[in-house]
Amino acid sequence: MQRYSALSLLRQGLAGHKGWQSAWSKATPKPAYDAVIIGGGGHGLATAYYLAKAHGLTRVAVLERGWIGGGNTGRNTTVCRSNYFFPESVALYDLALRLYEGLSREINYNVMLSQRGMLIAAHTPAQMEICNRIANAMQINGVDGKLMGAAEAAAKVPLANTAPDARYKLMGGIWQGRAGTARHDAVAWGYARAASALGVDIIETCEVTGIDVQDGAVTGVETTLGPIRTERLGIAAAGATPGLMAHVDVTLPIHDYALQAFVSEPVKPCLDTVLLYLGTGTYVSQSDKGELVFGGGLDRVPTHGQRGNLPVQEAVTAGLLEMFPAFGQLRLLRQWAGVVDVVSDSSPLIGPAGPEGVFINCGWGTGGFKAIPAGGWLLAHLLAKGTHHEISRPFDLRRFAEGRLIDEAAGSGIAH
Amino acid sequence: MQRFPCPFCGPRDETEFHFAVEAGHARPEPAGAVSDAAWAAYLYEAASPKGTTREVWLHLTCGEYFLLTRDTLTRAVNASEPLPGVAP
Ligand SMILES: Cc1cc2nc3c(=O)[nH]c(=O)nc-3n(C[C@H](O)[C@H](O)[C@H](O)COP(=O)(O)OP(=O)(O)OC[C@H]3O[C@@H](n4cnc5c(N)ncnc54)[C@H](O)[C@@H]3O)c2cc1C
Ligand SMILES: [Zn+2]
Repeated sequence: MQRYSALSLLRQGLAGHKGWQSAWSKATPKPAYDAVIIGGGGHGLATAYYLAKAHGLTRVAVLERGWIGGGNTGRNTTVCRSNYFFPESVALYDLALRLYEGLSREINYNVMLSQRGMLIAAHTPAQMEICNRIANAMQINGVDGKLMGAAEAAAKVPLANTAPDARYKLMGGIWQGRAGTARHDAVAWGYARAASALGVDIIETCEVTGIDVQDGAVTGVETTLGPIRTERLGIAAAGATPGLMAHVDVTLPIHDYALQAFVSEPVKPCLDTVLLYLGTGTYVSQSDKGELVFGGGLDRVPTHGQRGNLPVQEAVTAGLLEMFPAFGQLRLLRQWAGVVDVVSDSSPLIGPAGPEGVFINCGWGTGGFKAIPAGGWLLAHLLAKGTHHEISRPFDLRRFAEGRLIDEAAGSGIAH
Repeated sequence: MQRFPCPFCGPRDETEFHFAVEAGHARPEPAGAVSDAAWAAYLYEAASPKGTTREVWLHLTCGEYFLLTRDTLTRAVNASEPLPGVAP
């Protein structure tokens, strides 16, 4: 693997940038692997990397039906945070954030993690009480988070609507200083490059069309590039996971919805934190290119189509303009949607499912970009050892029959 | 804006509707004989099919539940009918 550094950049620059090698090799399938991962999104690629790096398993393939990072990993608004309510969730999302904090150095690829802080803004005394409760929970769970008053919060978002007739007045909110954003493509490409360098095969345009099972254990997968044998199968296919698990007669507690995102034309720096308004449900950050990246709630129509509906576009944009009337001057550059896998209790599904040797990592819904390093770490552990890591155990599928839901919709008030 | 057909009111804006559940989720009975797994399946599981689906929707405006057959990929609506035993 060609190492990236300031010196290599200088050297390549002087040589007309002709000497760069491709970041990962395009592999074709071998007949058999020690482990196969379905889905070349962040979670699948991170799984492959940690399998090779932490467990020494390198006869591993990642199968991606399109191109890597073409799913939700390349479609999200890149907010990273760990301000959840339940201890199980905080352990999970903070593991992810800690791994993100060392990732660029570890994989020699700049994922542009920018810990610019995040404000969840409240507008009513009741919302302030909820914020106080979550801030307390975060502190009890050992994560940085604090309640912020109106004046301090207003200073974080200078352009926010403070007019006397503002519908949603800033009363304060929860502040997490370690939250922020990262570059989504870089996370996919960086993990792919690091995994490929350790010997993992990354196979694009390879769709899994069936799962082979013998005597209750997985023996391989059928793909558009032919059958591949394996006794360990990891599935990290986001919204496509219910369809894949249908091959082995497992029904999951998942509904698929479209989630939209929006990007404005670029402007000079005007917002250096991530902001979520509880009153409007719209959240926004400014990209390094200067674009405002924003989004909000789910389209409420279950779908597998990667496009959004108009009523939600209107609600999200109206929410943005209520927060920042000045942004009304901006033009919208792009709008798109991804199919997100929403679990009944708004928490992911990690663990064994169906035939022996099959492990899933899905159900991240609207919030799994921030979790990629942890999702990969935990699925790799399951594939390598066959048993749960202590952080993934509470997220096992069995929690539904056992009545141990981890309901973050109720806990931290995430809207979806 | 998509329009969904309510069997009672006709075509209305999608914002007037609320998805309830996939059709065919019959409550398992009798309660005493229902396993935890079967009860969890009834409460939480969904097929989430890509393509044709049959679902129970609520028209918020008139308050009636009804059956909608539609395609989850193209969003085309194929049929809209009252629940069994309900006259339109
Ligand atoms: C608009 C939007 C905004 C979001 N904003 C945020 C945010 O700010 N912060 C945050 O933390 N999260 C956010 N999310 C959620 C986040 O994007 C996802 O939870 C996360 O990217 C999921 O990663 P993944 O690797 O599991 O899935 P994906 O990146 O979707 O990867 C799954 C891959 O599996 C492949 N696949 C599917 N079926 C098959 C098959 N049969 N054979 C082979 N390959 C297959 C797909 O092509 C896809 O590439 C957002 C999502 C969207 C859509
Ligand atoms: Zn009606």
